[in-house]
Amino acid sequence: MKRRSFVQASMALGSLGALSSMVGCASVGRVPEKARVVVVGGGYGGATAAKYIRMLSNYQIDVTLVEPNSAFVSCPISNLVIGGSKTMADITTPYDKLSGKHGVNIVRDYVASVDAAKKTITLASGPTIRYDKLVMSPGIDLMFNTIEGLKEANTSGQILQAWKAGPETLALRQQLEAMEDGGVYAISIPEAPYRCPPGPYERASQVANYFKQHKPKSKVLILDANQDVTSKGPLFKKFWADNYKGILDYMPQHKVIAVDAKTQTLKFDVQNDVKAHVLNVLPDMRAGGIAVQSNLANVNARWCGVHYQTFESTQAKDIHIIGDAIMIAPLMPKSGHMANSHGKVTAAAIVAQLSDMPVNPEPFLSNTCYSFVNDKLVVHVASVHQYDAKDKIYKTVPGSGGVSGAPNALEGVYAWNWAQNIWADSLM
Amino acid sequence: MNTTSLYTARVLTAISMVASFGVNAQTTTAAAQLHNRATAAMCANCHGTDGRTTEGSAIPALVGMPKDYMVLQLKAFKDGTRPATVMHQITKGLTDAQIDTISSYYAATKR
Repeated sequence: MKRRSFVQASMALGSLGALSSMVGCASVGRVPEKARVVVVGGGYGGATAAKYIRMLSNYQIDVTLVEPNSAFVSCPISNLVIGGSKTMADITTPYDKLSGKHGVNIVRDYVASVDAAKKTITLASGPTIRYDKLVMSPGIDLMFNTIEGLKEANTSGQILQAWKAGPETLALRQQLEAMEDGGVYAISIPEAPYRCPPGPYERASQVANYFKQHKPKSKVLILDANQDVTSKGPLFKKFWADNYKGILDYMPQHKVIAVDAKTQTLKFDVQNDVKAHVLNVLPDMRAGGIAVQSNLANVNARWCGVHYQTFESTQAKDIHIIGDAIMIAPLMPKSGHMANSHGKVTAAAIVAQLSDMPVNPEPFLSNTCYSFVNDKLVVHVASVHQYDAKDKIYKTVPGSGGVSGAPNALEGVYAWNWAQNIWADSLM
Repeated sequence: MNTTSLYTARVLTAISMVASFGVNAQTTTAAAQLHNRATAAMCANCHGTDGRTTEGSAIPALVGMPKDYMVLQLKAFKDGTRPATVMHQITKGLTDAQIDTISSYYAATKR
């Protein structure tokens, strides 16, 4: 039986293929000379792609995932760690099920370089791995150098971003705990597009909720480079007015151009300086470094152009790019939920291509994004993006999608269950 | 016939059925199965891989849900007759064919 027909037969047989091929494929840390698919980055996009290529091929296509971290730490829900109602353990999921249950070979390393012509990647530790298909899910890089003084202030640990969940999430929480009552927390937001449009407003809400309960003389300042709140605006602004009046101030059209770490000062292109006790500065963002360095960020030198039906790079054949790093079609948010959706469309496309089958002509993506406005009440935004074969782009369906009517506790339950289910769907 | 050999016999029957299709029909079937499974996977972000939610989830599991029931519920969300927090907004973005594909997949998936 040829490999191709074996893949198809095992698909028809479903679980038999899974059972027979699960034996002995759960190695971890092995660096192969060749993998049919190499996935770079184990976030919402990459982990999902790795798992679903295994599942959708009935465990016939071998997948190596290159990821430097020992566990996945979720950006969604991390604002609740900063607000104090969740812990780092709550948002951390190990990678062991991806290897043990799904047979993904995990190599704990960084990728130093990609050679699209030779179809190889080279690990930071030296070895080279050949691939038939490469999936890059590199996330974002924060462009510290676009704000004067920020690189040094972040390196020293004084001015945090905490936009990549991890050690800075906890460090920011500790800065807030250490701040005396009567202090000011200021968060600055870059111009869209950036990772997680409602995230900064949720974070400000979490800090305001913490201050209201524990440090009532303290203030939250939002300094937004955009014209207005970029996501769920009316819902956030009504909740702030009703619940955080006198605690939280929102200031649009404030673009940070420099920081002075010594005096804890933010400088703007037009407005007066702002001083605060805890500064949380989010600079402009772009595709993760390995994508930029590999010349895949071919849109404004920031984002990676892709053919949306397969997420194959517009720059390099057999390299698929997913998650926050891509150049989005209009109304496609840069979110974990979307990255998970990209991962599945890409996994199905790759399984089809490696099995000489046609790619799905009409994929779609869904997005549901929950924001906590305090420790219990939640608002959501949802959207559905159907692939338009004529224009070769995802379009939202007229009349679909929308936001919550008002903050509510029921969606607070759903939001936490969403997190648990998507972590399991991506990683377990 | 014991359970193991019965299972083996079923598998062999399945293989011979697959092998008896022409290559094109086989490819078409395999491709349709792949696309349908990937389409249904768009629900898994919230409802769990293959419709199996984590323990204690308030978001309902979809695995094994009868097809007719699921189609009716999704269409009721879509036309607004069943109130929802988010599903009325999601279902308005789905075609009737996608609703059918998704419902068929979860109905056919064993609990």
